[in-house]
Amino acid sequence: MTANLIWQLMSQTDLEIVVDDPTAPEEDSPSVVSSGTIEIFVCILLLALAATLGYDNWRSGASWDSTGPEPGYFPFYLSAILGGGSLYGLIAALVAHRKAAETFVTRAQARRVMAVFVPTLLFCLVTQFLGLYVASFLLIASFMRAIGKIALWKSLLTAFVFTAIMFVTFDIAFDVIMPKGPLEAAFGH
Amino acid sequence: MEAFGLLLHGFAVLLTWKTLVLMMVGLVLGVFVGVLPGLGGPNGVAILLPLTFTMDPTSAIVMLSCIYWGALFGGAITSILFNIPGEAWSVATTFDGYPMAQQGRAAEALTAAFTSSFIGSLVAVLLITFLAPMISSFALKFGPPEFFAVYLLTFCSFVGLGREAKHKTVISMSLGLLLAGIGMDTVSGNLRMTFGSSELLRGINFLVAVIGLFGISEILLTMEERLALRGHAASISLRVVLSVWKDLPKYWVTLLRSSFIGCWLGITPGGAIAASFMGYNLAKRFSKDPESFGKGRIEGVFAPETAAHASGTAALLPMLALGIPGSGTAAILLGGLMVWGLNPGPLLFVEHKDFVWGLIASMYLGNVVGLVLVLTTVPIFASILRVPFAAVAPMIVVSCAIGAYAIQNAMFDIWLMLGFGVVGYVFKKIGIPLAPFTLALVLGNRAEDAFRLSMIGSGGDLKVFWSNGLVGSITTLAILLLFWPVIDGLLGRVGWTQRTRATSR
Repeated sequence: MTANLIWQLMSQTDLEIVVDDPTAPEEDSPSVVSSGTIEIFVCILLLALAATLGYDNWRSGASWDSTGPEPGYFPFYLSAILGGGSLYGLIAALVAHRKAAETFVTRAQARRVMAVFVPTLLFCLVTQFLGLYVASFLLIASFMRAIGKIALWKSLLTAFVFTAIMFVTFDIAFDVIMPKGPLEAAFGH
Repeated sequence: MEAFGLLLHGFAVLLTWKTLVLMMVGLVLGVFVGVLPGLGGPNGVAILLPLTFTMDPTSAIVMLSCIYWGALFGGAITSILFNIPGEAWSVATTFDGYPMAQQGRAAEALTAAFTSSFIGSLVAVLLITFLAPMISSFALKFGPPEFFAVYLLTFCSFVGLGREAKHKTVISMSLGLLLAGIGMDTVSGNLRMTFGSSELLRGINFLVAVIGLFGISEILLTMEERLALRGHAASISLRVVLSVWKDLPKYWVTLLRSSFIGCWLGITPGGAIAASFMGYNLAKRFSKDPESFGKGRIEGVFAPETAAHASGTAALLPMLALGIPGSGTAAILLGGLMVWGLNPGPLLFVEHKDFVWGLIASMYLGNVVGLVLVLTTVPIFASILRVPFAAVAPMIVVSCAIGAYAIQNAMFDIWLMLGFGVVGYVFKKIGIPLAPFTLALVLGNRAEDAFRLSMIGSGGDLKVFWSNGLVGSITTLAILLLFWPVIDGLLGRVGWTQRTRATSR
């Protein structure tokens, strides 16, 4: 079967390779948020992080004692540098914000990114409760079906084969044990 | 000559069936991730790293470095056939590679790209073979102040020489250093920045962060774009290969110049991108007929590919000799070394001869095998692009999760990976560079230890970083590099750097 597949692939090589994207984002989609706004937001978050970490390090000792620098010494000054950098970034972004705004993400792009991010988030949740392999099967099958508009049987088959290969490779051949759920327990793993 | 004997020993370590099979597997997987949209060198190595956790270090590094060579080769395929640079350093390859493909000379362009990659890597590996042992034996005399000075030099050169906005590099680096400090303090044993969370006690694992930053974020970024593509299929016949090789001697100046640029820039951090553009621009500048560049000239493929690969390979030199990675991928390999229980640094050449020389030998062998492999199998790999991304994306997500979990068997790490994925996505979109972050995260603890040990040794006197000629000159150089843009600007005002700037454009 593999030989046949390779032969098929080889025989197509004189053609142009064309791959379509059925759910591609439109080119003229409106902007959801500008890069400048996100930059301001990120800088504020980083500034808050720098303050929190700086405070924690100051609390655990950021000066010198008889043996040398205290545990918080090095990270305390790093927090200060991070704080300084983000403050500069914040001011620079605020100043630049008045000029023409660059798009961070368009609506169509945001929809597509969410179409991967939300399933990935759900996948992590399902992994926590049902184990990684069940989650993997569900993610691949549903993603191929829903986002890629690929035939149901192909999606299910691909998901099953991939998950099985992963299981054999990691849990059996390489002894890297993955989180398991009730399904694996039923089979005695 | 000692290096030569040790290298032969390295080949002896390699030449077992098991290692050779792993090498082939690594190369195939590498080309695969190199060709797939949205994956590339660092991502591929990061995602496939968990496969190697249960192997012995030598097999593991051989497989990983082969994944890396494979990914480098694979990047050229998409640049030339589809005009899609897999990595930033393949951008210059598309300038002449894609026009060649459009003119029906795809096979020629691909052969040129693969061959010049091979030559570039070969020159860099030769450099590593003879220079790395010397540097490492020199570095054996280093004490904590010298090491801290070298770390400082690495960090400062990122800030001073990087193309991104300076404050963004500083943010990225200090954030990485801070996150590296979370958890148990190695000197005093106190807990830091854990806020009472038992999950943070272990600290933030470097590899978990890398898998999220590169793997997950890349999927998010790739989905954003239109994934439809149109390109040229190609198969390479022996006749084309031989005719390109026959002409190689004509281009020896270009090849040598690009190799040299690559090696030089590869040793300084983040140089591969600069190297490929510089190689291309210099080839164009010194050509008798610069107008023909960009219209499908074979030299326009030779020059950037040689430089990019020489620099990608040379980036492993400081990693092996000093324990300081010269690129994102080298940083990930360094993270791998720690997982396998090896302590990166100059002692590696003394304590783990088998490992080091096995790795260096695998660079030679991997490049030869890789060259033959890609030349013969290009049509199959080009067809991988027919696989819909909707099938590939969830599989990459699953592989990332497996990788993140396997490192410490912690579910928390899967969540952490997802978090870093979002961070990586946002950072890339607003231009905060990820390479300094990665480097800081992997070097953070050792930089801090070196700093504190030197401070304890000197009783808190910062003059220790200027206490002898060696450490003093490294520290001074670091500070010069940190303020390089300012110095460059001042010199420019005097009229000094006008000429050099014109050539580098």
